[in-house]
Amino acid sequence: MRDTMLSVRNLSLDFHLRTHILHAVRDVSFDLRRGKTLCLVGESGSGKSVTARALMRIIDKPGRLVGGQILLDGPDGVVDIAALPERGREILALRGGRIGLVFQEPMSSLSPVHTVGSQIMEAIRQHRKLSKKDARVRAADLLRQVEIPDPERMLDRYTFEFSGGMRQRAMIAMALACDPDILIADEPTTALDVTTQAEILDLIRRLQQERGMAMLLITHDMGVVAETADDVAVMRYGRIVENGPVDRIFHAPTHPYTRQLLDATMKLERGAAGSPATALFEAKAVEPVISVRGLTKSYGSVGKIFGFGSGNGGALKAVDNVDFDLYPGESLGIVGESGSGKTTLGRLVLRITEPTSGRITYRTAEGREIDVTDLNKAELRAYHRDVRLIFQDPFASLNPRMTVRQIIADPLLVSGKMTDQQAGEKVAELLKMVGLDPLAMERYPHAFSGGQRQRIGIARALALEPRVIIADEATSALDVSIRSQILDLLLSIRQRLGLSFLFISHDISVVRYFCDRVVVMHKGHIVETGDAETICTDPSAPYTRRLISSVPNPDPRNKRMLHRMRASS
Amino acid sequence: MLAYIIRRVLYMVPTLFGMSLIAFMIIQLPPGDYLTSLLSTMADGGQNLDEATIARLRSQYGLDQPVYVQYLVWITGILTRGDFGYSFEWNQPVSTLIWERMGSTLLISLASLFLVWAISLPIGIYSAVRRHSFGDHAFTFLGFIGLAVPNFILALTLMYVGYRFFGQSVGGIFSPQYADAPWSMAKFLDMLSHMWIPLIVIAMSGTAAMIRVLRANLSDELSRPYVVTARAKGLPEYKVILKYPVRIALNPFVSSIGWVLPDLVSGVTITAIVLNLPTAGPLLLRALVGQDMYLAGSFILLMGVLTLVGMLISDILLAVLDPRIRFN
Repeated sequence: MRDTMLSVRNLSLDFHLRTHILHAVRDVSFDLRRGKTLCLVGESGSGKSVTARALMRIIDKPGRLVGGQILLDGPDGVVDIAALPERGREILALRGGRIGLVFQEPMSSLSPVHTVGSQIMEAIRQHRKLSKKDARVRAADLLRQVEIPDPERMLDRYTFEFSGGMRQRAMIAMALACDPDILIADEPTTALDVTTQAEILDLIRRLQQERGMAMLLITHDMGVVAETADDVAVMRYGRIVENGPVDRIFHAPTHPYTRQLLDATMKLERGAAGSPATALFEAKAVEPVISVRGLTKSYGSVGKIFGFGSGNGGALKAVDNVDFDLYPGESLGIVGESGSGKTTLGRLVLRITEPTSGRITYRTAEGREIDVTDLNKAELRAYHRDVRLIFQDPFASLNPRMTVRQIIADPLLVSGKMTDQQAGEKVAELLKMVGLDPLAMERYPHAFSGGQRQRIGIARALALEPRVIIADEATSALDVSIRSQILDLLLSIRQRLGLSFLFISHDISVVRYFCDRVVVMHKGHIVETGDAETICTDPSAPYTRRLISSVPNPDPRNKRMLHRMRASS
Repeated sequence: MLAYIIRRVLYMVPTLFGMSLIAFMIIQLPPGDYLTSLLSTMADGGQNLDEATIARLRSQYGLDQPVYVQYLVWITGILTRGDFGYSFEWNQPVSTLIWERMGSTLLISLASLFLVWAISLPIGIYSAVRRHSFGDHAFTFLGFIGLAVPNFILALTLMYVGYRFFGQSVGGIFSPQYADAPWSMAKFLDMLSHMWIPLIVIAMSGTAAMIRVLRANLSDELSRPYVVTARAKGLPEYKVILKYPVRIALNPFVSSIGWVLPDLVSGVTITAIVLNLPTAGPLLLRALVGQDMYLAGSFILLMGVLTLVGMLISDILLAVLDPRIRFN
């Protein structure tokens, strides 16, 4: 038996677009070895996902395989997948039979209208001649292997009844249904929380070792690479720029792009020690800008009309009795997993969502104290001029039919303080501040990359000279290197304008880099509040310790996740 | 599920009440009443009634009572005795008139609904999967023609073709000799030979619209990750498409039951008049023109009921089809 399970030689893929041919993948070569993991690393648009799917000959239109070989070792000798007919039976037998695929969106990668069981059984029966009953037994067994509790019952559930982590487990069970030799995992944990990510990576690793599968893991997260890879291939603009064992890539990278990727990751990891964040904020003698006391938001307590629904007494408390202070010039991080209530908290502070109870006190520039929960519509508008929001998604938060100038000037003109020309000058100034060319203001958002769009979003937030900015996952949709650029931009703006930030994120390294103090939230409660550095290196609450130890460490010689703390449940 | 249906039915009660009020108000809106329009017709014919007769008629019809009394009398009649009132113009109880018409209306509605489904489903799937192909463009072109041509013109054209080239008796749903005959195989065949024109005319625009809806929905669904998942399992392409994205893109098909009933009653009135179909539309139109208030009001009310029932059926079917709706 040969060691190499699959080898890709000089693979090239083209996309025939309306105006030109895009060479999405060029001369890519790599090997997948039995029982070993190859990590394919790169930023969005580098061609890593298309490469992976090309191994199963799933290439979306208008993509086309234009050259190279994909050699799969099998019982009847080596087969060149690239040479098989596109819709032939051999390809169908390979898909799911010998190569399994797990990919990113756990929310949408399973059909919402079929039960989990029926989808897994379909995969089994596609390749094995099993009766429905036997397939069901096997499906339940698979769910047990991916550690889904009560598998018999879960087979009849629909995917929307599963959490993100459970769906990803079900997806893995499906990919493994016919004991494939190769598993392709395309960003399998990107959409998951750190603790869930750690569990899923553990699971994949364990299953891989039990079965001796070769794995191709695609990710943009150097931490995940360090924790899981045996070999690493770094991809950029459709080419593999560097290829080697994980230890060499991390400790002796030769290509400048690899170094750049690692630097961007390490910069965040080193945290406040290397950043100016701590210097910015010191005194607590001053009065807080925003102070929140006993803030609570509960859902579902209202009785239903006609009283038919399941009248449950216990309402869901998204945010439960939360207290915190935000001081002038301070950056306060709010960390937690999805469902911890951190986003709701941000919305409550802005009063986009009405709090159920509690007080939010805002201290104006003149030192007047305002009770935010009591404001009428006009006063709330004035409050929203001082406290502004930066969104997560740089693609959806800008109106595609407005030019950059219109987008940024919109709040200026709405507030009615400026003429069109003054607004234009202000927009130019703001664009310069966020590091964009003022000449870009007549262009539409689609002309900009994700990072540039986030800069436009920041410029819009700054237009009214706010005092507080609430950034809800402002950097999580961006690639690592862009992320650190945006964080540096926010830091410099904060320094220059003396802004306070409420920085909501699930990414601990980002918070550590950017924030002075951190609030850790879990199930609507504040678990712990403290210095960013203390929380990240020496947390006291058990939940925080579990959270921090689940963060992948970008150093293959020190795999943190393997020694992480688990929930005691 | 049962609780959901019961709740929906209960919600219908206040809606129906509101609808009956509005229906009654609408037919009261035009100035005058049935008598004034009757008198003016008679005056045109040279007949004149004396004041006493008019007053007697007015009280006989109940038109001298205040509006709310008239409404109460009408609605209690419906609720207690199933009595929808009396049609002034036809001199018949409204219920007999309506049931006659509703049967044929339902028949034509359902038949054309199935025709719409049968044609638009395969074409919609083809158009979405082979987007921007020649076939897609051809169907799109035909579809837009179907949407753009006024129904009555199409009806006239088809009647001409049917009469001129097939020598058929056109119009209505039976040939004269079968109109009052008892049901037999020959009568059934005769009906089929009459039905194709109204069915094509009525289904045409619906089909065109449905193809567009299905094509748009399915195009969205085709790029969803779960389609890649299905491919990665090794399913053949036709199975991938039929089992996953098509299944989810089917929702608008089912929703269409909700709007097809009212649309057929009120939307195709002109077609029904042109084709001399014994459906509800033309009768309603005449009742409205003649201010035959109980007939018109009952029709409007009944159409409201049909709409609600259609919506209920489509919502129940949607819940059966899509577990996301069922569980929320």
